[in-house]
Amino acid sequence: MATERPHLAVIGAGPAGLAASLAAAAHGVRVTLIDSAAGAGGQFYRRPPAGLGARRPEALHHQWRTWRRLEDALAARVEAGTIRHLADHHVWCVVPAVPVGFVVHALLGPLQEEPVTVRADAVLLATGGYEKVLPFPGWTLPGVVTAGGAQAMLKGGLVVPGQRVVVAGTGPLLLPVATGLAAAGVEVAALVESADPKAFLRRPVALAAQPGKLAEGVRYGAQLLRHHVKLLPRHTVVAAHGEERLDAVTVAALDTHGRVRPGTERRVPCDTLAVGHGMLAHIDLAESLGCRIDGLNVAVDEEQRTDVPGVWAAGETTGIGGAALSLAEGHIAGRSAAARLTGTRLDPRAWARAARSRRRAREFFAALDTVHVPPAHWTEQVTDDTVVCRCEEVTAGAVRNAVDELGAGDVRTVKLLTRAGMGWCQGRMCEPAVAGLAGCEQTPARRLLARPVPLGVLARAGDPDDD
Amino acid sequence: MNPLELVGAEPGPGFTVTLDGREIAALPGQTVAAALWAAGVTSWRATRGAGRPRGVFCGIGVCFDCLVTVNDRPNQRACLVPVRAGDTIRMQEGTGHGD
Repeated sequence: MATERPHLAVIGAGPAGLAASLAAAAHGVRVTLIDSAAGAGGQFYRRPPAGLGARRPEALHHQWRTWRRLEDALAARVEAGTIRHLADHHVWCVVPAVPVGFVVHALLGPLQEEPVTVRADAVLLATGGYEKVLPFPGWTLPGVVTAGGAQAMLKGGLVVPGQRVVVAGTGPLLLPVATGLAAAGVEVAALVESADPKAFLRRPVALAAQPGKLAEGVRYGAQLLRHHVKLLPRHTVVAAHGEERLDAVTVAALDTHGRVRPGTERRVPCDTLAVGHGMLAHIDLAESLGCRIDGLNVAVDEEQRTDVPGVWAAGETTGIGGAALSLAEGHIAGRSAAARLTGTRLDPRAWARAARSRRRAREFFAALDTVHVPPAHWTEQVTDDTVVCRCEEVTAGAVRNAVDELGAGDVRTVKLLTRAGMGWCQGRMCEPAVAGLAGCEQTPARRLLARPVPLGVLARAGDPDDD
Repeated sequence: MNPLELVGAEPGPGFTVTLDGREIAALPGQTVAAALWAAGVTSWRATRGAGRPRGVFCGIGVCFDCLVTVNDRPNQRACLVPVRAGDTIRMQEGTGHGD
C-alpha cells in the first residue's frame, strides 16, 4: 500500500468547513469532516430532514446552486473515500497528541453521552457563530426568540412560533428572517432596525465593491414591500409584554445618539418577537488549543493559519462575514493545509480568486459592522428587575449592585459575585449584556470545554484504550 | 401559505407523542421543539428560581432555554433532540430532578 495520505480533521460542516474539506481532499489530503448536525450545511444551509419530504427546500434559501455544488462534491468525495463525514458528532475539545498531531474529542448523537475520538495530523476549525441578543424587559417570555433561532426552526423543522411577528434588533440577518417568515405565512407586523440605513451611503467604496450584496439588499427590500412589512429604521424594541407568553412589544424611535426619544413609544401587538443584535464567533476550541484571539475572533494569517502550528481556522470563527466569505476562507485554509501537510510548494497564486473575494467581503462586512451597532444607550432601557443571565436568573440590578456597591470591574468578578454566566450556556447568551452593564469591554471567555460533557466521559478521556 | 406548503413538503407518516399525558401529533424528522411549536406549545419549562415559563430561544443548541424531560431524561435540549414515535415528553420543573 502506498504511503498513507496526511490526515486533516475539519470541525464544522458549514460553508467554511465544506469548502476547506473539498479543497484539502482535492490536493492530496485525507479529510475527516466532523459536525454536530445530522446533515452537512451548517446554519446557512440548514434544511428539513428527509422525513419531512421537502420538494422545494430552496424556497427558504438563497444561493441554493452553490449548496447543490457543495453537496454533490461532498457526496463524490465521501464515495471516493477521501472525505469521511462524521455527522451528529459534537466536539467538546481538541488537544495536541503525543508525539505529534491532534486528538479531537466528540460526543455522539443527540443524547451526547457516547464518546468518540479522532486523531489527525492537523485540524481546521470552522465552528461558525451564534447570535448575540442584548436584554430588555420581557426578553425571557416565551414567544421571544432569536432571529436566527426563528430562522433555524423554520428552515430545519418547517415550523413557526406564532401568527404575528415583530423582527427587531440590528444587522443583515434580520432581512432574510423577516422575508422568510413572511413567505411562510406569518404576518410580519414590523421590521425594527436600530441602525440608519442611510449610513450606508457614507460608505460608497465598500458597497461599490460588492454589487451582488447591493442587489441582494434590493431584492429583500422588494420582498418586504410585497409582504407589506413595515420597516422602522432607527427604532428599537424597549420592552416585551405578556404574562405567560408574549402578547405585544413596545417600540420607540432612537435619536442620533442612540437614545430612545421620549414620547415615541408605541405598543405593537404580536405573539412572536424575533430579535438579534449581531453575531459572535464560536472560539472555544481555538481558545483551549491556545490560539491567539484578536478581539472576539480567532486570529489567522493570510493562509488562514492560527499561531498554533497545525491549526487552521476559517469562516465566522475568524470574524463574522457571511457565507461567501466563509467559502473563500475555507477554500484558502484547505489549500494551505493540503500544501503544508503534503510538503508541496505553496503557491498563493493558486487561490488568488478566493483571496480577492475574501478581501472584498471583509471590507464589506467591516463597513456593515460600523453601521449595525446596537443603540449606544441600550443599557438605559434595561430595568433593574430585567433578567440578564437567562440560565441563572441574575437580574440587571444584581449586576449593577456588583459593580456599584461591591466594586466589580470586569465580567469575571461580576460572575463570581452574582453567578451571571455560570449556568448551562456558560455565559454565551449574557456575556455581551453583562459587559455592557458593567461598563467594560467584552473579552473572550476562557472555556475549557466547548459543550457539556458527562463526567464518565471526562474520566475516560485520558485513557489510551479509548480510541 | 404555511411552511410545509412553501417547500412542497410531503412528510412521511405522522405519529403521536405525549406532552404531560396529552397526545400531540408529530412528523418524522422534526425535533421535539418543532413538534411542540407545531402543536401550538411555546413553553415547556419552569425556571429553577422564579418558576418562570421558557421555551425555544436560540433554536440551535447554544442557550439551553428549551430544556425538557424526554422519556424520563431531564435537561434535554428540545431544539436538538429528534422526536420519536411514542416519546413521553414532560414539562420540566426546575432542574427536572425533583420527581
